[in-house]
Amino acid sequence: MAAAANFINDRHVAALKIVIHMFSLGLLVRAYYLGFSDQLGGDATKAILHYTGIGALNLLLLTLCISPASRYFRQAKLIRLRRLLGLYCFLWALAHLVNFVVFDLQLDAVLLVSELTKRPYIVVGMVTFLILLALAITSLPVLVRALGRHWKPLHRLIYVAAVAACIHFYWSVKADVSEAVIYFLAVSFLLFLRVRKRKPGIRRANTP
Amino acid sequence: MLIKTRSSQYVRESEVTDETVFHNRRRLLKQMGFIGLGAMLSRHLSAGLFDGFTEPALVSTSFKSYPLHFTTAVDAERQVLTSESKATSHNNFYEFGAGKNDPSENAQQFKVNPWNMVIDGAVAHPLELHYEDLFRFNLEERIYRLRCVEAWSMVIPWVGFPLAALLEKAEPQAGAKFVAFQTLHDPEVMPGQRGRFLGGGLRYPYVEGLRLDEATHPLTILAVGVYGKTLPPQNGAPIRLVVPWKYGFKSIKSIVRITVVDKQPPTTWGLAAPHEYGFYANVNPKVAHPRWSQASERRITTSGLGSDKRIPTALFNGYADQVAGLYKGMDLARFF
Repeated sequence: MAAAANFINDRHVAALKIVIHMFSLGLLVRAYYLGFSDQLGGDATKAILHYTGIGALNLLLLTLCISPASRYFRQAKLIRLRRLLGLYCFLWALAHLVNFVVFDLQLDAVLLVSELTKRPYIVVGMVTFLILLALAITSLPVLVRALGRHWKPLHRLIYVAAVAACIHFYWSVKADVSEAVIYFLAVSFLLFLRVRKRKPGIRRANTP
Repeated sequence: MLIKTRSSQYVRESEVTDETVFHNRRRLLKQMGFIGLGAMLSRHLSAGLFDGFTEPALVSTSFKSYPLHFTTAVDAERQVLTSESKATSHNNFYEFGAGKNDPSENAQQFKVNPWNMVIDGAVAHPLELHYEDLFRFNLEERIYRLRCVEAWSMVIPWVGFPLAALLEKAEPQAGAKFVAFQTLHDPEVMPGQRGRFLGGGLRYPYVEGLRLDEATHPLTILAVGVYGKTLPPQNGAPIRLVVPWKYGFKSIKSIVRITVVDKQPPTTWGLAAPHEYGFYANVNPKVAHPRWSQASERRITTSGLGSDKRIPTALFNGYADQVAGLYKGMDLARFF
C-alpha cells in the first residue's frame, strides 16, 4: 500500500508545475497576441475580457479541487500545486481587471467610479479581486510564517471568493445564465465536500 | 441631412478581409479553448462531440451574397467605417446562437430564396412580397451608426429603402398607431429556437414594434444589403429593419411579417426583461441600463485589441436633429 499511496513523487510534482506554468502563462500570452493582431473576432476587447474572466474562474475551481483530490487519492504531495494554481488564478483575475479598466473603460476615471458605485456585479467582482489579492500577497513564505495560525482562517476566504465570482458572472450575463448556473453547481459541490469533511465522526484530521 | 449622393462607384470592396483568413480566425478561437463550460455544453447540443477540433479550416458551404445596384452615399461626417469582416462576424442574432460569433458560424446554410414577407393588419392593401420583390424598390446606401444596448457601436453602410415606401403601398388605415414586426420562426434552420440553451432563453419568434410615425420616418429603412452586397444571414438576410437612433435590438432581422396595428405591440426583449428594455429603446446617454452606463460607447472600427475608442454616446445616437420632434413633451426616462 505504501508504494501505491505515494505514486506522486517530487519529480511528478515538478513536472505538473511545469505543465501548469506552460498552460497558464502560454494561454494568457497567446490571448494577448491574438488580441493585438486582430484575431479575436469582431470585438477583441469583450472577447479577451470574457476569456480572462472565465479563465480565472476555471483556475479558481481547479485550485479548490486540489485538497479534495489529494485527500481522495491520498496523495499528500498534490497539495504543493495549490499555491501555484491559486497564484495563476490571481494573475488571470488581474488580467481580467486590467482588460476592464484599460481596454473597456479606457482609463476613464469618472466612468470607473460610477461603475464601481452603481453596478452590483462590478462591486462583487472587485470584492472577489481584493480577496484574491490578499491571498496572493499572504502566500509569500515569509508572510505565511508571520501569520502563523491566522493564515488558515484567512485563506478560507477563497470560499467567499468562489461564490462571489459566480455571482459576478451570473449578474453580468445578459440573457442565457445556464453557463453561470453550471459554475454555481460546481462551486457548490466543491464547498459541499468541505462541509462533509468537517462533520464530526468523519476524519477530523488536519482541521482545527 | 446626412445622406448625399454621388455618381462614382463604390470603392471599399478592396478593404474586405480575405474569406479564408476570416474563417481560420474562428477556428483559432476554438482551438485555443476560447469557450466556457456552458458554451461547450451548447456546442455539444448543436453538433457532434469535439466538433471544435475536427471542423475544416474553411466552411465550404458559405452563404453566397450578390452585388446590388443602388445610389451610393457620401458620409458628410467622414466616419471610419467598421470593417466588413467585423460587422459580419460580430452579431447578436440569438436564433443562431447567443455568442457573438455563433450567427456567422451557424447561419451559412440559411435559405433566403424563396422568401415570403406579408404586410397586413390595418391596411387598405395587404401585400405579399417574394424574394425578388424585396429588391424592386429604389435602393440607396445609408451610412448609419449602429449603437448596441451593450455599449459598443459600429458604422455600417446599409443598402435598402425607406420603410415608408412600403407602408405607402399598403396604405395604413386611419386610426392605426403602431407597426409590429416578426422574424422567421423555423427551429429546423434556427438552432436558437430549438431550446433554451442556444437561444438565450428568449421567446420566439422574435417580435419588435415601432410607432407608426417612427416607422414612416425617412431615416427608418428596410435593409436588403450591406457593404454593397445582399445581406449575409448573420446580419438578417434577406430583409431587416434599421432604425439608427434606437438600440440595435430594435432593428429586427429576417422579417416575415409586418402588421399595422392600433395598440402598442409586444417586443421580445421587453417580454424577457421589461425593466431593462423598453418599447422605445431610444439611444440616450442619460438613461442608464440597470446594469451599466449608456453615457459612452466603444466604437469598433478596423483592428484588434486597443484600437477601439471609447466615445461619448449622443442623444438619439446623434440623429436628434431629425428625430427629437417625434418625442416632444415625453419623459424619456419613463418611456425608455
